[in-house]
Amino acid sequence: MRRIVISRLNLSEASTRLSAARVLCDGVSMVFPSGQTAVASASFGVAAGEFVSLVGPSGCGKSTLLRMIAGLIAPTSGRMLIHDLPAVEARRSERIGFVFQEPRLLPWRSAAHNIRLPLEFDGSARATLDVRVPEALALVGLTGRDAAKTPRMLSGGMRMRVSLARALVTNPDLLLLDEPFGALDDILRQQLNAELVRIWMDQRPTTIFVTHNVAEAVYLSQRILVVTPAPGRIAASVPVPFDYPREPKLRATGEFARCTGEVSDRLRETSR
Amino acid sequence: MKGTRDTHIARVLPPIALFLLILVVWQLATSLRNIPRYLLPGPADVFAALLANVAKLAQATGVTAAGAICGFLLSVFVGTFVAVIFSQSALIRRSCFPYAIFLQTVPIVAVAPLIVLWSGTGFRSVVIVSFIVSLFPVVTNGTAGLTAIDPDLIDLFQLHGASRWQTLVKLRLPSAVPSIVTGARTASGLAVIGTIVGEFFVGYDPSQWFGLGYLIQQASDQLKTDLLFGAVLLSTLLGLVVFLAVGGVGATILRRWDDGTT
Repeated sequence: MRRIVISRLNLSEASTRLSAARVLCDGVSMVFPSGQTAVASASFGVAAGEFVSLVGPSGCGKSTLLRMIAGLIAPTSGRMLIHDLPAVEARRSERIGFVFQEPRLLPWRSAAHNIRLPLEFDGSARATLDVRVPEALALVGLTGRDAAKTPRMLSGGMRMRVSLARALVTNPDLLLLDEPFGALDDILRQQLNAELVRIWMDQRPTTIFVTHNVAEAVYLSQRILVVTPAPGRIAASVPVPFDYPREPKLRATGEFARCTGEVSDRLRETSR
Repeated sequence: MKGTRDTHIARVLPPIALFLLILVVWQLATSLRNIPRYLLPGPADVFAALLANVAKLAQATGVTAAGAICGFLLSVFVGTFVAVIFSQSALIRRSCFPYAIFLQTVPIVAVAPLIVLWSGTGFRSVVIVSFIVSLFPVVTNGTAGLTAIDPDLIDLFQLHGASRWQTLVKLRLPSAVPSIVTGARTASGLAVIGTIVGEFFVGYDPSQWFGLGYLIQQASDQLKTDLLFGAVLLSTLLGLVVFLAVGGVGATILRRWDDGTT
């Protein structure tokens, strides 16, 4: 059943790839009204359809960077561009999916009604909802029975799947994830990592993943941006040499260990 | 199953036993020490007065219950509406909140003459008093609930271009339901008190039926202390029933608001 839905999504893959967002962060700084500098002239680019992780110590401004990319806050200096448009404006035209550290579901809505929430704002037709919501459910591996449940009836991992489905339901060009699996146990985290890779290969949104877990970043992404302790700036861009699809046993290889070692070294250098 | 029934009994039994003990001591005290009935009637006298005036008491309880329910519903609806307006801007909150506190602090006895002047005496004025007395907790709890929204969810709604109205209807109001329920629970108790106080000061209209508040005043004036006790007992029971009913409805509503993370 799931395979059928996925192959249907594959038909639209070419068009999503073309429309995937290009992100350019040019000397971006963020100084909060309190005077605290969260981000200090960070510069990087993310190509359309690329999967990039931002790795850095807690409180280094990764989440602030992500909120600027989403256009939720404007940088105090520098340019944050999505497809050559300032992110704050691009937010209106781009389809952006955002996954928070916590699932952040609305407890009074069922899983399915949580997932369809983003479609309700642009007045999507009933028919669109009827297609998109089951697609998103299948994409994150939830059944129709799970869809009818309210968040309190779901496990922590399933709630995160619902949260992921809510971000995917608009078929986003840009997928932003802010340490989404940080609160989950390691087995569940690895399982969801594998699913995220599968979803990304299937949909190819431009994906920016924030984490402080180096192994997770290496397993998931094509490239890792190492962020310095606060105020955050980009200290290094480390390419990840593995092909997709990535199998869980990749984590046990020497090459994987070398790559995580390199990123960890860079992280240590920045915090000295 | 048996375990929960046992704990239920263990919870209900002590207060009932204490109540019975108080009745016995009270009865013994009044009959042994020969206290005049107009000063302190015994439980038996009160019971007799309840039986003798059953029709009058039932009618008065009904009138008071109706007043309390009207006052309560008015404060829940108006209070929520005011809270929604307050939630729309910090400026509105800052400008209006001092006047909302007025409702909390003004002695209702002091406003009673104004209410009589503008609305006359009778049921409508009683409902107005009940409403004024019970409005404040709904406004404060509602405003707190409508404004204390998870910032991530505000971001999510903003990200997907939700309008102000959509954010209110799909996020703020549903998020505030637990706070509004808490406010409503407090308001339910106050609404009953407000109704009885209202009946004291603005309630008497010879052309209308009267409530427990007026009955209490009447019984007190005529030194029918046994009837007075009966009316007080019924007011207490009425308050309890309204409070439990609102609490029960609230708990049923809130079951859907439990996200299982706490």
